[in-house]
Amino acid sequence: MSLLGVTNGAGGVRVDWRTSLSLIGTVLKYLAVPLLLPLIVGLIYGGDVLVFLCTGILTLVVGTALERLDPDPDLGAREGFLLVAGAWLGVALISAVPYLLAAHGLPGLLAASSPASTLANPVNALFESMSGFTTTGATLLGEISLDRHSHAILIWRQLTQWLGGMGIIVLAIAILPELSVGGAQLMDAEAPGVGLEKLTPRIAETARVLWIAYFGFTALEIALLYGLHLVGMAPNMGAYNAVAHGLTTLPTGGFSPEADSIAAFSAAVQWVVIPFMVVAGTNFALFYAVSRGKVRKLAGDAEFRAYAGIMGVLAAVLSGVLFVGGAPPLGDLGGVVQGDIENTLRQSVFQVVSIVTTTGYATSDFAEWSEAGKFLLLFAMFIGGSGGSTGGAVKIVRWVVIVKAIRRELFTTTHPEAVRPIRLAGEVVDEDAVRGVLGFTLFYFLLFGVGTVLISLDVSRVGYDINTLEAMSAIAATLGNVGPGFGSLGPFGSYLDFPNSSKLLMVFLMWIGRLEILPVLVLLTSGYWRS
Amino acid sequence: MRVIIVGAGEVGSTIAESLSGTHDVVVVDIDADRVETLTYELDVLAIQGDGGDINTLREAGIEDADMFIASTDDDETNIVACGTAAVGGNPFSIARVKRPQYLHTWEADNRAFGVDFMVCTDLLAAENIVGVIGLPTARDVDSFAEGAVQLAELEIPEGSPVAGQTVREADRFDSLTFVGIIRDGEVVVPDGDTVIEGGDEVVVVGNPESARAFSSAIAPQENRPSDIVIVGGGEIGYQTARLLEERGFSPRLIEHDGDRARWLAEKLPDTTVLESDATDQSFLERENVGSADAVIAALENDQQNLLATLLAKRLGARRAVAVVDTIAFAELFEAVGVDVGVSPREATAEEITRFTRGRHAENVSIVDGDRAEVLEVEIDAESVFAGRTIREAAADLPEGVVVGAITRNGEFIVPRGDTVVEMSDHVVVFVETAVLDQVTERI
Repeated sequence: MSLLGVTNGAGGVRVDWRTSLSLIGTVLKYLAVPLLLPLIVGLIYGGDVLVFLCTGILTLVVGTALERLDPDPDLGAREGFLLVAGAWLGVALISAVPYLLAAHGLPGLLAASSPASTLANPVNALFESMSGFTTTGATLLGEISLDRHSHAILIWRQLTQWLGGMGIIVLAIAILPELSVGGAQLMDAEAPGVGLEKLTPRIAETARVLWIAYFGFTALEIALLYGLHLVGMAPNMGAYNAVAHGLTTLPTGGFSPEADSIAAFSAAVQWVVIPFMVVAGTNFALFYAVSRGKVRKLAGDAEFRAYAGIMGVLAAVLSGVLFVGGAPPLGDLGGVVQGDIENTLRQSVFQVVSIVTTTGYATSDFAEWSEAGKFLLLFAMFIGGSGGSTGGAVKIVRWVVIVKAIRRELFTTTHPEAVRPIRLAGEVVDEDAVRGVLGFTLFYFLLFGVGTVLISLDVSRVGYDINTLEAMSAIAATLGNVGPGFGSLGPFGSYLDFPNSSKLLMVFLMWIGRLEILPVLVLLTSGYWRS
Repeated sequence: MRVIIVGAGEVGSTIAESLSGTHDVVVVDIDADRVETLTYELDVLAIQGDGGDINTLREAGIEDADMFIASTDDDETNIVACGTAAVGGNPFSIARVKRPQYLHTWEADNRAFGVDFMVCTDLLAAENIVGVIGLPTARDVDSFAEGAVQLAELEIPEGSPVAGQTVREADRFDSLTFVGIIRDGEVVVPDGDTVIEGGDEVVVVGNPESARAFSSAIAPQENRPSDIVIVGGGEIGYQTARLLEERGFSPRLIEHDGDRARWLAEKLPDTTVLESDATDQSFLERENVGSADAVIAALENDQQNLLATLLAKRLGARRAVAVVDTIAFAELFEAVGVDVGVSPREATAEEITRFTRGRHAENVSIVDGDRAEVLEVEIDAESVFAGRTIREAAADLPEGVVVGAITRNGEFIVPRGDTVVEMSDHVVVFVETAVLDQVTERI
């Protein structure tokens, strides 16, 4: 320490940021591989091939340049946080580039393919990209249609969600051997839920198991959706749509190349999508157990039971509300038919599953439902998927712990001497973990409150009129990576009318929401950067 | 290979760390905090539970385990854990024990306790100490090929006649190969023109006679030690004295407990047992400990050993060897003036690691922390060496590999570039840790 109280620049910072940036570079370099999919789609359907070629070259150049910063990265705990948070920001920035290129073109090289696109605004492009990777599904596209945007651009939008669903860092750990040693900590920072579950001795193997299950379910859904098309039960679910929706169901994403989301498809398609959303919100470790013959682990899992129970109860209540006329008839598209059991059951189950798992698909414009129905869904936005799933928000496992902690408080009020550990399926939950859960949830609601106030002030500044419920839904939907909100933010609407400042706030909320707040916020503390 | 390690103390963690690069490692420990730490620090699966509980071992995947290592600090726990492992599956089980009588029982019948291999910490430490004492300036000594080949890590003192010479000049011994030089913590693979500097540590492989000859060439004033003082008559102290007696030395042994001293005196006919407190300075002066060639401290704990060795050095003892319990302290001890810190735990971890290295590697020594390893490999048809000269084989191997010695039918052969390696030869190679996985695969 210097006597003058001045720390010199190099000595003051205790984080080896070069290591983190170098590994972020590696991740960006590999981003060129998934960019091949829209490129191929562009070759098949025509349009925007050059856009993705340019983006691929850009990410290779930027990635390689960053990688050179530290030829021999030595990853510690602090560098890990920077790596995870930075990698997510990095991929979101790079994948905004195709949107911008398609809207503006490159002078002398390629002409703009969708010049009037709302994504011509860089803030909008970043929002769309971050909303994709964080599997939020909130959109800024003014008009979602293949007439306005190329097949390639719209499939890229779907693919960003698929990559973000199981996590880009988990994918990197599965592929890159240099991440195996610090891998557990990285995975902990990225994967949702309480603590880390290693399924196999090697973290890379665990990451591979998760991605294989994820890939398998995605492929199965695409096959089933396309199968429905082939047997004539889903006329508009062609190969392109089947792939596009397969890519955004398993990550609990919610983007769709159709303006009417899943409401554009037949009832059969809607019923098929529901179980895949349920799967997406389930802890993937349970599938691993089931695949190894431990089927009872699924039924006995406290979190899974709570997850199924909550959705069951919410869907039953919502069915009742809709059955007696909780939604105005909206013509034939996504309409709720009062008094029709199949219709009201399907609409309520679909919407509840979609919101609880934070997918954000819709088969009905719930923004137009009665207040009772809307408040039920707003409440559902805070529940979230299971720990270790691709869902967002608070997560079921935390709610189970919180409910048990509250019950314990009540019990110890009358029996102050009682010693009562909190158990999850027979396993005692560490008191530090309980404290962590309470702290996280409190923080989550604090951010929700502050965010709502900020956004309300910001929109009134520019004279954009939204009511309290809509403002609350905007924050809950972005922080929880749900996607659609209420009012003009509904499932068939967009976030387009917000001022840029509000959009940037929401980009930040999506980013920290996906990484469960702490790994990003820790970077903003001075204690992180200094000794 | 799936390896289950019970006990994540220093020994268990060290083994887990060296195996996690090449094997699937599951670690079981009773302490939840240690399990938590290990989960994030190493690429292993850490499970909290009792190693003697079949349910814990099933959770750890004992059915599919190929190797089971019980390395807690408690002998009985380890033996019971190995027995439990045999119930749950059929792994090769290794138990770490402290008390030599368990080793003797096991040696009497290799099926005893259901343990396939037993490592006795205290005996290993004693062997290590005796090896280091036999070679002046040695930091570490290991034997290969049933004693025909010896590996020595020797420190070159400032002002040694060897300092400033090139490897070619220094290597006057036929049966000796310079495999590595450790300079400022970095491994240098030497060639004939590499200049040896004072303060370097050189790693040599050769037959025991030439290793000893080279060791005296480094420090000609240091003759074979005659006056050896052991401080502390615990198990390690006793075993060290016994092994020294076997090699024809007559050491002095200081033990503070009267009954124990009596017992030691009865068991060790050639040893002079003194009953006193080892930190009593007037006693040490009276007994002329300052004139000893080597002082070995093997007391209850690290603090006492440090104190005893520093005191002996201050009185003028030429070499001081301390037993160091906590592995990480060994370097610290050597930094403050103790000549060699011998860590029983580290020795145990090394010994156990040997059994898990690849199919053919029979013997492993870990050089200077984990910068390099020396492997003994039996050559089969798939090896890069089979039927080729060393020069040809070396072209297919990465940098950082040196062939140190070859034994054929128990005979020592000096490896030169044009030596042809035959099938079933035992080759001792020095490998830098960075290229270890690559190399073990090819040889």
